[in-house]
Amino acid sequence: MTVTDPAFLPCGDAALSVEFGRVVDPRLNALALDLDAALTAAPPEGLLETVPTYRALLVHFDPLITDHEEIERAVRDLLGDLETSTKTPRRWRVPVVYGGEYGVDLEDLAKAHGLTPDEVVTRHSAGVYTVAMLGFTPGFCYLAGLDPSLATPRRTDPREVTPAGTIAIGGDQANIASIEAPSGWNLIGRTPLRNFMPAREPAFLIDAGDEVVFEAIAEDAWAALDEAAAAGEWIAEEIAREDTHG
Amino acid sequence: MAEIEVVDCGPATTIQDAGRYGLQRYGVGPAGAMDRDALTLANLLVGNDPDEAAIEFAGLGGRFRVKEGVVRIALAGADAPLSVDGEPVAAQTSVTLRAGDAFSIGPARNGMYAMLGIAGGLDVAPMLGSRSLHRRAAIGGLDGKALQAGDILPLRKAAPDGDDLTLPDTFEPARGPIRVLRGPQDDHFSEAGLATFFDSSYTLSRQADRMGYRLNGPVIAHSDGFNIISDGIVTGAIQVPGSGEPIVLMADRQTTGGYPKIATIISADLPRFAQLRPGDSVRFQGVTREEAVTAAREAARLRADLRGRLIPAGSMDLTSERLLALNLVGGMVDARADFFQEENA
Repeated sequence: MTVTDPAFLPCGDAALSVEFGRVVDPRLNALALDLDAALTAAPPEGLLETVPTYRALLVHFDPLITDHEEIERAVRDLLGDLETSTKTPRRWRVPVVYGGEYGVDLEDLAKAHGLTPDEVVTRHSAGVYTVAMLGFTPGFCYLAGLDPSLATPRRTDPREVTPAGTIAIGGDQANIASIEAPSGWNLIGRTPLRNFMPAREPAFLIDAGDEVVFEAIAEDAWAALDEAAAAGEWIAEEIAREDTHG
Repeated sequence: MAEIEVVDCGPATTIQDAGRYGLQRYGVGPAGAMDRDALTLANLLVGNDPDEAAIEFAGLGGRFRVKEGVVRIALAGADAPLSVDGEPVAAQTSVTLRAGDAFSIGPARNGMYAMLGIAGGLDVAPMLGSRSLHRRAAIGGLDGKALQAGDILPLRKAAPDGDDLTLPDTFEPARGPIRVLRGPQDDHFSEAGLATFFDSSYTLSRQADRMGYRLNGPVIAHSDGFNIISDGIVTGAIQVPGSGEPIVLMADRQTTGGYPKIATIISADLPRFAQLRPGDSVRFQGVTREEAVTAAREAARLRADLRGRLIPAGSMDLTSERLLALNLVGGMVDARADFFQEENA
């Protein structure tokens, strides 16, 4: 597969999917994210919005102004330069209370891997994750970069409700949940961060393509951080890449 | 200041405009009116911009009371009876109400989604660029919720301008099969599966709401399993899960999904597809990209032309013997002016 040869798949009369592949692969995701950044920087006429996912970029356009062919041409023009892109992703530090009532599946998950809960926390918070995409619910981040030793199948009995801010593992994916939602993932912790808060400016903090590191915090730090987050503070810190273990 | 009180209404009565765009990358779908053409007509009939927020009724109606001010309303979309203090109002016609007037919208007799346009628009704050209720995100609408008994809806205008308007001819959408564009994952289906989809008649099930319409009918065969790595989706996408029966994703859909999508309903045909009722049958017909884009442009032109097709509501009477009588004493334009003076006196 070459960068310059994605599939262009029509999604009705007002969108085109630029599909780089059909599997989960960080290189495909990077292409989708790089093309997303390039289109955002130089939007062709009639482009409405873009939705990056693991392996494709969905380009919504106004069919009164442009069409599939023109969008495809604009994308092809950008593809050649993607590899030279030198943008630096933002990196966020996200505080997490692990285990206990904050992560009810932590002990079971540790046991399943022959690890102690602390070892799971250490491995989970040692990683540097890339936000592969947002979806499912507003502000829900799908994270790539989970330590393979923590990969855990989804639960056979999904929960009807899981709390806002849930930090979980589903297969080889990690996540940051934003709002209360049903989930079959394994809940290992919770962050007071609100990645979606409509009354706050900006309403969303972490975007696709950003990087995330987790910081374990004590349970007794929860109340103050949660209160601050509810009042509109970001809680998640944007940090310099040099400051971390990544 | 004008206000409307919700006396009672069906559970899925919501405020919707043309939708919220630009946030799909964050997982927020567009929401917006299920029937874009109905939104346009309801708004134009009360002198609003075509994309202004209106009240959408999902099959069931509601009862309202004008609490304060002068309020002009018009109903479009599904054929539902609108009446003021028990008196029926002609379809596709605006009516002007005063404080104390009660009006009600009955259950839809034909179609599913009726839109109530309100002159001047509702004075509810847009959230993230739209007044449309997005239930899951709890944004838009009235405080992030559907309408319910006791709600007070303030309007941005104390009284409407100009005349009541009517659309004298019908605003009928195209007939025939619902047009679709193949893809994005049509190659996940066998040739037989594709043939089943295009050659069969499907029935809208009871599992049909603003999020999606589940269809019953012949099972569509996949060629390559029914899970894909989640990718972006659009309104009108027809996904086929393991059951083999299609689900059409509608205005309140998610932004990403993991089932293969055999085809996408073209935007020009989404309004009439949205108006199907459980038990109605539907067939799909493939079109080319060019035909799909041309249809979108034609639909936009029809919506833009609507404004010019509206006439003052009272002038309907002029077409009858009244017009004949008035013509005996003067030109039609003058006669019309006399007529309105008389009506307003």
